[in-house]
Amino acid sequence: MAQPAEQLPRPMLPTPFRVLETWEEIPGCMSLRVEPAGTGDAAGACAFAPGQFYMIYVFGQGEVPISISGDPARTGELTFTVMAVGTVTDALCAVQPGGIIGLRGPFGSVWPVDEIEGRDVIVMGGGLGLAPLRPAVYHLLNHRDRYGDLTLLYGARQPRTILYTDQLAGWSANDSIDINVTVDNAGRDWTGKVGVVTDFLNWRRLDPDRTSALICGPEIMMRFSAYALLDRGVAAENIHISMERNMKCGVRMCGRCQYGPFFVCDDGPVFSFDRVQHLFRIREV
Amino acid sequence: MTATTNKAGVISRDSLEGLFDALIARDYVPVGPTVREGVIVLDELRGVDDLPEGWTEDQDAATYRLMRRADAALFGFNNGQHAWKPYLFPPKAKLWEAEKTPDGGFSMRETPDAAKAFAFIGVRPCDLHAIQVQDAVFMAEQNTDPLYARRRRKAFTVVIQCGQAAKTCFCTSMDTGPRADGGFDLALTEILDADRHSFVVEAGSAAGASVLAEIPHSEARPDDLAAAEACTKRAVDQMGRTLDTTGVKDLLYGSYESRRWADLERRCLACGNCTMVCPTCFCTTVEDVTDLSGTHAERWRHWESCYTTDFSYIHGGSVRPTIRSRYRQWLVHKLATWQDQFGTSGCVGCGRCITWCPVGIDLTEEVRLIRDSERKKDAADGHVQEHPHASD
Repeated sequence: MAQPAEQLPRPMLPTPFRVLETWEEIPGCMSLRVEPAGTGDAAGACAFAPGQFYMIYVFGQGEVPISISGDPARTGELTFTVMAVGTVTDALCAVQPGGIIGLRGPFGSVWPVDEIEGRDVIVMGGGLGLAPLRPAVYHLLNHRDRYGDLTLLYGARQPRTILYTDQLAGWSANDSIDINVTVDNAGRDWTGKVGVVTDFLNWRRLDPDRTSALICGPEIMMRFSAYALLDRGVAAENIHISMERNMKCGVRMCGRCQYGPFFVCDDGPVFSFDRVQHLFRIREV
Repeated sequence: MTATTNKAGVISRDSLEGLFDALIARDYVPVGPTVREGVIVLDELRGVDDLPEGWTEDQDAATYRLMRRADAALFGFNNGQHAWKPYLFPPKAKLWEAEKTPDGGFSMRETPDAAKAFAFIGVRPCDLHAIQVQDAVFMAEQNTDPLYARRRRKAFTVVIQCGQAAKTCFCTSMDTGPRADGGFDLALTEILDADRHSFVVEAGSAAGASVLAEIPHSEARPDDLAAAEACTKRAVDQMGRTLDTTGVKDLLYGSYESRRWADLERRCLACGNCTMVCPTCFCTTVEDVTDLSGTHAERWRHWESCYTTDFSYIHGGSVRPTIRSRYRQWLVHKLATWQDQFGTSGCVGCGRCITWCPVGIDLTEEVRLIRDSERKKDAADGHVQEHPHASD
C-alpha cells in the first residue's frame, strides 16, 4: 500500500562520532574522547547526566554498552573508559584518533547528584567501576559548595590496575575530597593500603542521617559495600548502586537486561538500594 | 456489547470468499491458517480453499495431532505452533546498513521494510490479546520499534471467535477469551449445524465496516446470535486447563527460592521452544555483520530465547548459568514481572508452550505446584507470610 513515509524514531540507528584522542589508562584499558562527526548542535548531541551510558558501535564488529566517564561540564564531547574484554571492546580499544565509531544514547538513570545536595557523599568504586562514578565525582567537585564532606573509597586488584592515578593524586592534594585507595594484593614497592574497600568504613566518622553513597563495582563488591553502609545506619534509599547486565537495545525492547521487574538499561543502571535489595539476596536473577 | 451485536450480520459459507476478494482488492496480503506438513500453520492465503476445511487437532502436553472432523468447519481447531508474531515482529530483520566512506567514516541508513499490509484472517481472541501485549512492548510512548509500528498500523485483523477449546487452552483464566469484544476490524463466529454453515460477523472499526459492506451478508437474526453465544459457551465448557491467577505476581515474587525450580531443572531441556511459540515473547539479539570487502556492514535483529546462556552473558560469564534460573526467569517474567513492566500479564492462555514443550512441562501445573509448596512452607512456618514484591 502506498503510504506516506512515517516519521518514526529510529532507536537502533547509531550516530557517527569522531575519536579525538585516546590514551591507555591501565594495561588493556583505554579512554577515548569523542565528538559528533556531523555538523550540528554538538553540545546538545553530547548532553548527559552522570551515571548514564551509550551503546557504542565499532564498524562491522558490534555494539556494547559503555558508561560515560568524562566531565559533564565539558560540553560538546564525551569521554569513555573501556576495558578490552571481548571482540567489540578489543576493537574499540584499538581505534585510533580520527577514527569513527557509532553512538546511541545517552541511556539510563542517573546518580542523584541534585537530590543529595547538602549531604555528605561517600563514593565507593571497585576496579573499573570507578569509570561510571567519575562524572558524579566531577559534578560534586565542580559544585563543591553544595555538598558536605566528600569521600572517595576505591579498591583495585593491584597497584597497576588503579584507574586515573594522576587525577586521584591531584584531588587528594587539594583537600576538597578525601581520597582513599586500597588494593587486593601488591608487591613490596606499594606503600599504600592492602585490603578490601569496605575496610575504609571501619572506624570512619560517619553521620548516617546526612550520608548518601554512590557505589559501582562488581556485584559482590557492591553487596558488601551496601550492607556495610546499612550496618553503619545509612538508609537503603540513600545508597545508590549501578548495575551491569547484557544489553542489545537500550530502549526496553530486547529483554536482555532484565533484573526482576526492571530493565537495567532504562530503569537503571543506577538504583537506590531499597529498590533492589530483595533481588540482591537471590542468586542468578 | 449490545451495540455490536445489534449491528451483527451473517455471511454464508459460500459468501466468505467475498472477504478475501475485498481485502485483496484493498492490496492486503491475506494471512491465515492452512494445513502444511501435518500441522495447521499460518501462511499467506489465496482464498477460502486454503483454509483447513474439515481439520481439527488433538493437543495436550507435548502432543499435537492433526485429525479429520466429521464436518466441513473452516475454523474447527484452535492454535497451531505459529502465532501472528512473525508477521509484525519478524524472527530475522535487517535494521540498518552502513557503508564505509572515503574519509574513513561511515554512513548509515535504516533498511526500509518491504512487507505489504497484512490482513490476519482467523485471529483467536487469545492471540488478539497477545498482539496487544506486544503493542505495549514495541509501541510504548517513550520507545517505539519502527518496524513493528509500521506493520501493526497497516494490518487488518479478522478475529475468529472460538467455538471449541483444546486441552491446553486456558484463556478463561487469563481473561483473554474465548470471545473478543473489541480490538479487531472484523470478528467472525462460525455457525455449523444440520441446516446451516455461516458466520456471524461484527465490525469493530470503520475499516472493518467498509470491508463488510462489500461482502454479501444479511442481518443477524436472534437465532444466529443465540447460536454464536452457544459457540462461546461450548468453548468455555471445553476449556482444558485453568491457571489460578489470584495474587500470582506476589506468589512468584516470593518464590524465587522455591524448591520447585530444582525439580523443573531436571525436566526442562532449555530448548527454548516455549519462547519461540509464545505469542508474546519479545526478546532479541542483534548481529553485526560485514561483507567480504569489509566496507559494507549490516545489523540484523533475531528472536532470542532467555533459555540460552548467551542471553545474560556479561564478561566473565552468564548471569543465569543454571537451567533452574533460566526457567524461573521465563515463568516469573511471563506471569509476574511483566505486570510491573507493561501493566499486563505476559501470558494469554493460548497453551502453545504446553503443547510444544518436548517434555510436556505445563506452566499451569507448575504454578499450582509452586502455590502448594509455598502454602506448605507457610504452614510449616506457622504463619501466612507476606511476600515481598518490587512494585513501587
